[in-house]
Amino acid sequence: MSFLEQYNYWIVIFLMMSGFYIVIAHGNLIKKLMGLTIFQTSVFILYISISKVIGGTAPILDDRYTIYSNPLPHVLILTAIVVGVATTALGLALAVRIKEAYGTVEEDVIQEKDLQQEGSAE
Amino acid sequence: MLTGIYSLLSAAFFVLMDAVDVAFTEAAVGAGISTILMVTTLTMTGRYENRKLHHPVIALSVVVVTGVMLVIGTMDMPAFGSDMAPAQVHVGPYYIMQSGEDIDIPNVVTSVLASYRGFDTFGEVVVVFTAVIGVLALLEFSRKDNQVGERPAPMFQHKILRIVSKILIPPIMLFALYVQFHGEYGPGGGFQAGVIFASSIILYAMLFGIEQTRKAVSMPVVKILAALGVLIYGSVGIVSMLNGGNYLNYSVLAENDITGQHVGIIIIELGVGITVATAMILIFLTFARRIGKTNSNSSTKEGTA
Repeated sequence: MSFLEQYNYWIVIFLMMSGFYIVIAHGNLIKKLMGLTIFQTSVFILYISISKVIGGTAPILDDRYTIYSNPLPHVLILTAIVVGVATTALGLALAVRIKEAYGTVEEDVIQEKDLQQEGSAE
Repeated sequence: MLTGIYSLLSAAFFVLMDAVDVAFTEAAVGAGISTILMVTTLTMTGRYENRKLHHPVIALSVVVVTGVMLVIGTMDMPAFGSDMAPAQVHVGPYYIMQSGEDIDIPNVVTSVLASYRGFDTFGEVVVVFTAVIGVLALLEFSRKDNQVGERPAPMFQHKILRIVSKILIPPIMLFALYVQFHGEYGPGGGFQAGVIFASSIILYAMLFGIEQTRKAVSMPVVKILAALGVLIYGSVGIVSMLNGGNYLNYSVLAENDITGQHVGIIIIELGVGITVATAMILIFLTFARRIGKTNSNSSTKEGTA
């Protein structure tokens, strides 16, 4: 019985691990950022699902309701979403600059070029 | 496109979970701005990737092991929706019980965001502002002039799109203002309003070109406004200190505690809204200008006619 009560965490773990896999397995920097975004949304879902109370309603006070979901995780996540898009934009800006400097956003090609430069400098 | 759908789905999920404010933000941010940013970056960095993966087997096994360990960890977690979970018995009930008396606005999320945890929110606004400074430093000031844009012409030749958007943009802005000033009573507030306002400007930019938008929306003014929003927020804290309270304690802003709280919340939400809106506009315009510098001049002439 208690086995199925925690399915919300499993969904979060599945999403989080998909994001994690993308981040470590792909060499493309844009893909990595997308993986990070998926990872991030899984954390959002974790917080929001924790805040849910069965039978509760949205935390906007009204005389008709007595049970509300927990407002605190909502606050944390709604600011985190906006901050998340701003920081993702910063990451994308870095990727654009890397593309301009190296002509690619593939990690291994960038490393090769770095090694070549070091070799020619010595 | 898929990220847009994903965001819309998560927004629907958040509504089911009673998190209407969060759903609002996710719908505005995820379905609009973050998708546009991803697509813009992809046009700059190339749409094809190297198919080779880094040791996919090792990566997969690391991921599976971590996942299994996390699943084992969830065995000790409280059941979904339980009202006895540790998260539900600490400050959450206090906010729900007391915010009606302390602050007297119906939307508990707004009172927690702006008043109880105002310090936290100030930090978030500063992070957004810092990210914008970073984007500007990386992309705006180091532009090479010989760069050739490969951006397709703006969509002004589609008459229906142009007219419908022209009709839509003012109501979108109006709706943003409604969300801004109605955040105390329903879902909404500075974060959502800022993003919605920015999306109306972005819609304009997509139709009439970046250069045209830069004429309509003065970049120096937008930059100053971005800083001004943070300044407004911070100075509310200073004013409450000068009035003898703690930093960001709004109760001392007026004779009556509750009026003080209302005044404080409205002012700081305004600061948040200004910073978020200008931040999103700045990020989008800097990204878009990077690709479409050369070919938008010729195409925007007809857009105004």
